[in-house]
Amino acid sequence: MTATSSIVSSATSSPATRSRRPIALGLLLPGLIGLGITFVLPLLWLVRMSLNKGGAAGAIIETISLSTYTTALTDSFTWQVTLNTLKLAVLVTVVTVVVSYPVALFLTRTPSRFRGVLIALAIAPLLISQVVRTYGWLILLGDGGVVNGILTEFGLIQTPLKLANNYTGAVIALVEILMPYAILAMISGFGRISTDLEQAAGSLGANGLQVFWRVTLPLSMPGVLTAALLVFVLTISSFITPSLVGGGRVFVLATEIYTQAKFTLNWPLAAALSMLLLALFSLLIAVYLRAVRRLER
Amino acid sequence: MHNMATTNRTAAHSSPKSRLLKRGWPGRLVWRAVIFLLYVFLLAPVLIVVIMSFDTQSYMAFPPQGFTLDWYARLTENAAFINGFRVSLIVAACACALATIIGVPAALALTRHRFRGHGAVSSLFLAPLMIPTVVLGLALLLTLSPWGLTGSYPGLVLAHLAITTPYVVRTTAMGLMTADLACEEAARILGANGWTTFRRVTVPLALPGILAGAVIAFIISFDEAVISLFVVGPSATTLPVEIYKYVEYRTDPQIAALSVVLIAISLVFVIVIERIIGLGRALR
Repeated sequence: MTATSSIVSSATSSPATRSRRPIALGLLLPGLIGLGITFVLPLLWLVRMSLNKGGAAGAIIETISLSTYTTALTDSFTWQVTLNTLKLAVLVTVVTVVVSYPVALFLTRTPSRFRGVLIALAIAPLLISQVVRTYGWLILLGDGGVVNGILTEFGLIQTPLKLANNYTGAVIALVEILMPYAILAMISGFGRISTDLEQAAGSLGANGLQVFWRVTLPLSMPGVLTAALLVFVLTISSFITPSLVGGGRVFVLATEIYTQAKFTLNWPLAAALSMLLLALFSLLIAVYLRAVRRLER
Repeated sequence: MHNMATTNRTAAHSSPKSRLLKRGWPGRLVWRAVIFLLYVFLLAPVLIVVIMSFDTQSYMAFPPQGFTLDWYARLTENAAFINGFRVSLIVAACACALATIIGVPAALALTRHRFRGHGAVSSLFLAPLMIPTVVLGLALLLTLSPWGLTGSYPGLVLAHLAITTPYVVRTTAMGLMTADLACEEAARILGANGWTTFRRVTVPLALPGILAGAVIAFIISFDEAVISLFVVGPSATTLPVEIYKYVEYRTDPQIAALSVVLIAISLVFVIVIERIIGLGRALR
């Protein structure tokens, strides 16, 4: 889910919190061991695996070389998949930000009594399994699905639109699945916008549209940027939705890693592709954290 | 990101004049319609799943033909789903318990103690959330398989520990941060020793955060599909993985009925979290 920069910047100083290093270490130890076994060690093992070579039929040739990387990076398919991943992420990000913006602005400004309920309604889908929501999109977008059913009923189309088992379907479903994250990020960003400036612009004679373009939009840009980066990193690492709604026709890094790991059984290649995805992801996370930190200042 | 509550209050109290755009009624109507349609889009997949689960048709089509509870009845006969449900429950309970046991002390150390490497340790406890789950899933598959732990309960619990611990640490730390330190100081001044202060003041103050963290850890583990896909085996397969495999080839309403059951469970958790600490804060 959402990433936050750090848990606390540093412990608050007070008589009750005098430094007692052995106690602190004792408290941290179980957690450090737990994450050591289930997180640090596996990642190191992944790096090690990427330096091996994949043999025939799932055999792993133990070695230390960059040959898996060079093979992967000279293969045009790898580049195609990487490009696909980035294209999907850009498209999903743009659409998600555009459709989330009005909702976030509405939720920030509405004087409605039901504001709390409306916020909960907008972000509650986050707690519903992604597999379930993706299945919902399969029902909606399939050839005999609800969207095509309605369009045919009203005579708008004769033949069903191809909305599922392809790229279009993956984009539509991902936008909906990532919308709550974008809305949440934008709401936290928008909270800082003072309405005084809008009032001032209004009383100086700007009309509604001018106020929006010249005051509201520029002021809300930091929140929009944070939301965009968040959606971007979540899209490049998404697997369930592109895999199910894409119907095996959407090739992104995440789906390719899964295929190599579970079907082709070329673990070194899967590991090398993971490092590629991780590099892309870390780069963007770094940008995201910097943006968040600037926002919080 | 800090407190939405404060900013919300100011927004709610501002005069009607200061509202975003001073539109006439046609503008306002269009604005309302746009928001309504976006909400429909956002909730469409969940709503359609609920409708489908009661529809008599055996394939997905529109409009619905009639009302039946048949699909729910069939769920109770589906051995794969029942077994998956049991595996998911056991794994989520174990992962949640283990994550709470190791996460709460860590949160305590991070909020109440100063030590060298504080920043690094704090980042480490959130790091698993900053790794694509496919990558973590693959890494866990590679690590667990030499030990023969793939497709086993211990393997699944270990795999889920990495992604549940950060939520426990973060939510508990948040609870401890907002708890008033003055209470602890007052207890000390009034003569309570360190342990008594901890037991009688710190723990009760931190309890909502700990509970919320545990609940979130449970849901995250229960709904986790990607990491599980890598490490499940024929002997232990979680429910989300069963659904994934089923949906890959079929989309009959049995899955819709199962989804409704899962949505209902999620809804209970949403309400619990909302009551304990507020949904907005829990999901940041």
